[in-house]
Amino acid sequence: MANQTTAKTKVAEPAQPASMMPVIAPAVGWLIPGSGHIIQKRWIRGALLLISIGTLFVLGLLMQGHIYRANAGDILEMLGFIGNLGGGALYLAALAMGWGTAVVSNAVADYGKMFIIVAGLLNFIAVADAYHIAVGKKP
Amino acid sequence: MTIQLTHFSAASVFALFASIVFGITHRETTRDMIRYGLYCFAMFLGGALVAGWAMWLVRR
Repeated sequence: MANQTTAKTKVAEPAQPASMMPVIAPAVGWLIPGSGHIIQKRWIRGALLLISIGTLFVLGLLMQGHIYRANAGDILEMLGFIGNLGGGALYLAALAMGWGTAVVSNAVADYGKMFIIVAGLLNFIAVADAYHIAVGKKP
Repeated sequence: MTIQLTHFSAASVFALFASIVFGITHRETTRDMIRYGLYCFAMFLGGALVAGWAMWLVRR
């Protein structure tokens, strides 16, 4: 009888204390690229991600790349919006400041648009990586 | 303020930063990250050069 009670007590106890890091790291990492790694003390990785994604996004804007807004029209525009959304705070800042609205049709502006979309998509990958670190799948 | 990059410089900048992110996110050890980043950079730039020459040949 005593053994049964002890066994039940052991089953009820969690193996490790619950951590919010698997939720916080991806959320913060999406908002500010690389910060999901930085809050988990992966300083160099986080800094490199911030510099890489941030520079791609800013260069895209300087090349007069287009910023997509939420829309329900053309499928390509919706995909562009999803890519842009990955930029997190960079995208929100660009929207708030009205950047990327000029209609410029040259090769460099087209590259700029792609730079911005790819920066957002790379940030999605960085967010997934921050999650994997948080759950212990990656060192 | 705007900047104008050439096709090759835009491809180089893109390759550099995309390779850094790929290296960090796709490998586990520091050594493997650097090696994979360099591999991606070479593939990006090499692919751009090969595609450029292929288009030059097609045009002829």
